[in-house]
Amino acid sequence: MSAALERPAASGPGLAVTARGLSRHFGGAAVLRGLDLHVPAGQFLAVVGRSGSGKSTLLRLLGGLDRPDGGHVLLGDRGESTAARIMFQEPRLLPWATVIDNVAVGLGPRPGAGGRMRAQAVLDRVGLGARSGEWPAGLSGGQKSRVALARALVSRPRLLLLDEPLGALDALTRIEMQGLVEAAWIEGGFTAVLVTHDVSEAVTLADRLIVIEHGTITLDLSLDLPRRERRGSAQAAALERRVLDHLLGPTRS
Amino acid sequence: MQGDLSEVGGRIAPARALPWRGLASRIVAVGASPHAGWLAPGALLLAWQAASSAGMISDAVLPSPAAVAAAGWSLTLSGELPHHMGVSFLRAMAGLAVGGGIGFALGLANGSSALSHRATDTALQMARNVPHLALIPLVILWFGIGEEAKLFLVALGVFFPVYVNTLHGIRSVDPQLVEMGRCYGMTRAALFRRVVLPGALPSVFVGLRFALGVMWLTLIVAETIAAQSGIGYMAMQARDFLQTDVIVLAILIYAVLGKLADGVTRALERRCLAWNPAYRA
Ligand SMILES: Nc1ncnc2c1ncn2[C@@H]1O[C@H](COP(=O)(O)OP(=O)(O)O)[C@@H](O)[C@H]1O
Ligand SMILES: [Mg+2]
Repeated sequence: MSAALERPAASGPGLAVTARGLSRHFGGAAVLRGLDLHVPAGQFLAVVGRSGSGKSTLLRLLGGLDRPDGGHVLLGDRGESTAARIMFQEPRLLPWATVIDNVAVGLGPRPGAGGRMRAQAVLDRVGLGARSGEWPAGLSGGQKSRVALARALVSRPRLLLLDEPLGALDALTRIEMQGLVEAAWIEGGFTAVLVTHDVSEAVTLADRLIVIEHGTITLDLSLDLPRRERRGSAQAAALERRVLDHLLGPTRS
Repeated sequence: MQGDLSEVGGRIAPARALPWRGLASRIVAVGASPHAGWLAPGALLLAWQAASSAGMISDAVLPSPAAVAAAGWSLTLSGELPHHMGVSFLRAMAGLAVGGGIGFALGLANGSSALSHRATDTALQMARNVPHLALIPLVILWFGIGEEAKLFLVALGVFFPVYVNTLHGIRSVDPQLVEMGRCYGMTRAALFRRVVLPGALPSVFVGLRFALGVMWLTLIVAETIAAQSGIGYMAMQARDFLQTDVIVLAILIYAVLGKLADGVTRALERRCLAWNPAYRA
C-alpha cells in the first residue's frame, strides 16, 4: 500500500520527454535559449521560475501547441504526437456543454462505445458525479478545475502537462486539487510536468524540480522525500528554502 | 486636496442613496410581476377610451379603442383582415428567411475564412451605409409592385444586421477555447460545430432581434407604397375612405405582430442559450 503510494511502476504507460537545444523567441526577445531537458517516463517534474521566465512557452512546446525556433522535442522513443494532454491556467470549459459533455471532450474525436460511462466514472473520481448534467456556469472555481482535470484524465494520458492550473484557487481548494492530481498520477502512471510559481506546491508534489531563468535551466533538484511526510516536514521546508534562495539570488534584493 | 474631496464624497453618498433605495425596491417589486410589461399599455388604452367617450378626441382624428375593436371584428368576419394579415406574415417570413439566411451564411464564411472576408467584407460594409428604403423607386422600376419587390426590400433590410452580428459573434469566440479544442484533437468541422458556432450564437440572436425590427419597418413602408394586399395596403385603402378606425387597427396589428415576433425570439433565446446565466428565465 505505502509502496504503491511512492511512485508508479517503471513499466507504466508514462512517456519520456526529451527536449534538445530548445529555442524560442518572440520578436527580438529570446525566451528560451538552447534548453536541454530529459524527463524519464513516469516522472513528476515541477517547473518553477519567475513570471515571464518562459515556463508556459516551454510547456506549449512540449505539448506541441507551438513550434520551437531551434532544437526539437521528442515524446517517447519514436516521437508519439497525440499522447500529451494539457491542463491550462484557466479551466477552459465549454460554457454551452454540460459538465459530462465537457469531460467527454477529453475522449477525443472518436469517443467509442462506453466513452460516456468512462467520463461519468472520472467525474465520480473527482467528486462531481452528481453534477454531470449541469452547466459549468453554476460551478465554483475549484469545481471547474476538477472538471478540467477529469477532461484531461478521461483519455488515460501518457503525458500530462499542467500550466499553473491551481494558481487561481483558494488555499484549501488548492490542497484538495493537489491531492487529486497526485492520486491520479500515482494511479495512472503517466509522466507529469507541472508548471507552478508556488515552490511549496512543487516540493509537495514532484519527484524533481527545475528552475528556469534567462531561458535555461539554472537549478535541477531531485526531491526524494517520502510522499506521505512532505507537507510541513522540516526536510521539505529546507528544500523550499533552497529553491527560494536560488530564485531570489544572492545579489538581488 | 484630493483626499478631502474623496472623504466628503464618501460620507455624503450613502446618506443620499438611502431614500432612493426604498423607491427602487418598490419599483423592482412591481416590475417583478411577470405581466408588469402590459401595465403601461393597458393604462394608456383606458385613458384613450375615457378621453374618446368624454368627447375630448374627435372620431375623425382618433377613433376610440371600442370603435377600432368593432372595425377589427367586422373585418375579421368578412375575411378581409385574416387575408391581409396572412399575406403580410408570409412576406415577412419569406424576406427574413432569404435575407437572414444569406446574412448568416456570409457571416459564417467571412468569420471563419480570411480569404472570403477579404473578398467581400469591404463591399458589404460600404453597401450597409445605403439606407435600403432609398432603393424603393429603383425596386419598383425593376419589379413593379409584385411580390418580388417586397421580398427584395425585406431581405435586403434583414441581411445586414444578421450578417454584421454573425461575423462579430464568430470573431469574438474565445481563442483559448479554440486552442483547447484543437489540443483535444477536434477536427475543423467539430471545432466549428462544438466551439465556434455555439460561441457565436448569442451575437447571432442580437442580430435576429435587430433584423425583426427592420423587417416590420420595411414591410410597412413597402406595403404602404407598393402593394395590393397586406396590412399596409389595408391601411392605405382605408385612408381613401377616411376610415380612421381601420388605419388605427392596422397600426395596432403591426405593434402586436412585432411584439409577438420578439416574444418568439426571446423564447428561442432562452432555449438555445440556457447555458448562459444572462438568458435564463
Ligand atoms: N505568443 C506570444 N507572443 C509574444 N510574446 C510572448 C508570447 N508568448 C509568450 N511571450 C513572452 O514570452 C515571455 C515568457 O512568457 P511565458 O512563457 O508565458 O512566461 P511564464 O509562463 O513563465 O510566466 C514573456 O515575456 C511573454 O511576454
Ligand atoms: Mg505562464
